[in-house]
Amino acid sequence: MSASDLLLRGPAPAHGSSALRRIDRLGALLTLLGAAGLFLLPFVDFKANRILPGDPRDLAQVLPLWAALGCQATLAAVAAVALLAANAPLRLAAALAGVVAVAAALAAAANALTPPHNLIIRVAPGAGFWLLLAALGLLVTDAITRMRPGPGARVLLLALFLAVTALALAHGTFDNVSVMREYAVDASAFTLAARQHILLSLGSLAAAVVVALPLGIFCHRVPRLRPGVLSALNIIQTIPSIALFGILMAPLGALAAHVPLAAAVGIRGIGAAPAVVALFLYSLLPIVANTVAGLKRVSPATVDAALGMGMTRLQTLLSVELILALPVILTGIRIVLVQNIGLVTVAALIGGGGFGTFVFGGIGQAATDLVLLGAIPTVVLAFSAAVLLDALVERLDRVPK
Amino acid sequence: MIVIESLTKRYGSTTAVDAVSMVIERNSITVIVGTSGSGKSTLLRMINRLIEPTSGRVLIEDRDTASEPGHLLRRRIGYVIQGHGLFPHRTVAENVGTVPRLLGWEEGRIRARAAELLGALQLDPAQYSEKYPYQLSGGQQQRVGVARALAAEPAVLLMDEPFGALDPIIREKAQDDLLDIQRRFGTTIVLVTHDIDEAFRLGDRVAVMSEGRLLQYDRPEVLVTRPASPLVGRMTGSAERAMRLLSLTTAGEAALPLAANGAGKDGLLVPTSASLREVLSELLWRGSECATVVDADGTPSGQLTVAAILARGRPA
Repeated sequence: MSASDLLLRGPAPAHGSSALRRIDRLGALLTLLGAAGLFLLPFVDFKANRILPGDPRDLAQVLPLWAALGCQATLAAVAAVALLAANAPLRLAAALAGVVAVAAALAAAANALTPPHNLIIRVAPGAGFWLLLAALGLLVTDAITRMRPGPGARVLLLALFLAVTALALAHGTFDNVSVMREYAVDASAFTLAARQHILLSLGSLAAAVVVALPLGIFCHRVPRLRPGVLSALNIIQTIPSIALFGILMAPLGALAAHVPLAAAVGIRGIGAAPAVVALFLYSLLPIVANTVAGLKRVSPATVDAALGMGMTRLQTLLSVELILALPVILTGIRIVLVQNIGLVTVAALIGGGGFGTFVFGGIGQAATDLVLLGAIPTVVLAFSAAVLLDALVERLDRVPK
Repeated sequence: MIVIESLTKRYGSTTAVDAVSMVIERNSITVIVGTSGSGKSTLLRMINRLIEPTSGRVLIEDRDTASEPGHLLRRRIGYVIQGHGLFPHRTVAENVGTVPRLLGWEEGRIRARAAELLGALQLDPAQYSEKYPYQLSGGQQQRVGVARALAAEPAVLLMDEPFGALDPIIREKAQDDLLDIQRRFGTTIVLVTHDIDEAFRLGDRVAVMSEGRLLQYDRPEVLVTRPASPLVGRMTGSAERAMRLLSLTTAGEAALPLAANGAGKDGLLVPTSASLREVLSELLWRGSECATVVDADGTPSGQLTVAAILARGRPA
């Protein structure tokens, strides 16, 4: 080999660098996170009662040796897959196995620390547990993203996740974990809060769709109105939610005081009425803006052709313009639904009900477990709504840009 | 027959179309040509009342178009636009079936008609019916647009710059196809274009518009030989008028009797449908003086000399 050959080819790759390059970067980061959770932070907090500060406990302190080692071995295997395997289904399976191991360890720790028939003691998930769960959750999400599942498969995965979770809860696996203890204190209050939460989110969404869709169509047809309407809705969007609830209390209270019919249908200064009105107002901008954007996306030639073929204005709107705009409009509805599920939590402050009742109750009593009882279902609800509507949008959007 | 009577469209103080009157014969292709802003599209869109005229009226087969709701009128008139305007969320077959479905035809008849039209436009129904518009080439999309416009067997077909989005080679093919379609279905076609070559190539009659007014409306050769005004002369390209005239005459029409000695037998053979412009160009290229005109089956039917062709390039 001559010198010029060497120059042209450049230096040969150093040994070992290819093996290093094969290490998955995200896997490495998540392994570090998980290891920190496992070895540096407490897995559970042991509390003598619900408001006392926790006494941190490690996995090895709580579980029998074989169980602690089993859990750690499982997590080590998950870390190996996350670091070295490129096969997405394998990564998903490993991550799910990790989630199951961590959840089982939590349940086992709670059972081990709780003496029989003792309802005073609380075993709460510790910082280590949450960090592990976050790392594994990101690993699951990443694996699913790499598999590029279609909309149907994503909904199926979500349903599977919810079903397994519901089964475990119904079976009583986590009954000794602090959050479930809070649930057991008043299960009927939880059911009521869930119903209120869903009703408030969906009800305000439905009302907003009924108003915002025609308003968006109107803004599309009369471009002169567009800047005015959109900036008015924008201003509403900038009012902080607590302030808006407060602002609405006065006029709605006055309405209830002076119009018997309004009071009869349940309109009051506090409670569900101001919550629904506020959520409705927040919902308008995303739906109106996306309706306008969606209709704008429809090519003028297509609309011209539809009218030229002899469709009426209404037929053109319903069977051409709105259908073509639907994916964008649904994206707006998705934004609103997820936003509402989150905002309803704040509505508990003015007596609107929902999971926020537990959050604010928990803050008031310094009971973190009660806060989690409100926060966890809210997150699950918002996440499920996002997955479902994303799948729907993708299913409908077969028109190339 | 379409009768347009002093049709006018005003937007505020500007007059888009100014008292245009013309008669469009049945089973013909009429081309409205003009620069952008000449009012040609507005005129076309007043025929199917996508734009309502300010004054004047349109009669189709002696019936005032204002006598029925606009959308019902439009279901009887085919309409093709630049960039085809196909419905992106519907398959080719569904696109073609749009107007029959609006008219309440039964499904079997709609499917049969769609298949017939796609076949006539050289799109194999088995292969293309279930495709979506984005899966087709520009030329194929344009043909589906034509098939959709013809689906409910309209007597009148309006076309607004139908070939404007096609590249030159596909455009020429599409123009030939349109001539075939017109012959096959006997449709009365009104076509708007800014391309004067296209107007001369397709039009049985050509209407020249400028600033909302109809400057001249006549057979193409009359526009070339006797332009009504210097403006029409400029728009039809007076510098090229001799060649344009030659392009409007076919070899068959201009052929001289075959010479007894069979001159040119060894030379150029041209079909009767070739234009004199093409024959002259080919003769110049070869440096020969004489071409033989042959029938479709190849038998010589006449001959053409350079001198005879040149004589045709002057107004009679």
